[in-house]
Amino acid sequence: MGKIYSKKALASKNLKPKKEVVSFLLNYSRALTVVKIEDKNFEIIAN
Amino acid sequence: MADLHTPDALLVKNYVDGSEAALATLIKRHESKIYGFIYSKIADRDISNDIFQDTFIKVIKTLKSNSYNEEGKFLPWVMRISHNLIVDHFRKTKKMPMYRETEEFSIFSIMSDDTLTIEGKMIVDQVELDLKKLIEELPDDQKEVLVMRMYQDMSFKEISEITGVSINTALGRMRYALMNLRKIIDKHQIILTN
Repeated sequence: MGKIYSKKALASKNLKPKKEVVSFLLNYSRALTVVKIEDKNFEIIAN
Repeated sequence: MADLHTPDALLVKNYVDGSEAALATLIKRHESKIYGFIYSKIADRDISNDIFQDTFIKVIKTLKSNSYNEEGKFLPWVMRISHNLIVDHFRKTKKMPMYRETEEFSIFSIMSDDTLTIEGKMIVDQVELDLKKLIEELPDDQKEVLVMRMYQDMSFKEISEITGVSINTALGRMRYALMNLRKIIDKHQIILTN
């Protein structure tokens, strides 16, 4: 059987972001509080 | 745990109500699709990670500020955000292409420091001093026009008004001034270059 010279699509590699990125996002979400005062949003990050 | 079968809309609602676990489930469920989409456009893992992170930072801020209208379109919304960030990225890199140094390519091959060295500055100063001495040798009317034009940045209209001659006369005097300067330089065999 002859070779198939088709280009592999980049998306087919089942790519994932780095674990550190996901971990950062979850920590960021835990630390973030958004307070709405009148028409302004205040973002508070708890350490 | 019902997380695997919980629809996105409910997870979003739970997250807005305070459940951080709901966010974790949403990210885990969609990370491949979103990251894959970003990587298919950017083809750089580090930048794709940055854009993925920026996308979800926007998602988190919008959900936490209760600004999100749930219409059962969570994933298309997130993909839209990432798409816009990809466009922003290309706009930025188009305006300011970034050159990374490698072994074969030094950044100094395209960047150079044009400021004068001390030696260069000394040469320029000397040339200017010599030129001033030569200008002194010109006839008064030619010297006057040349000084007004080159050192006082005046227009020929202004020069003609101040010296009381026509513009053509002023132009002629300037022309003769330059011709005579060249003759003086040749006569004394002076070298006036940087």
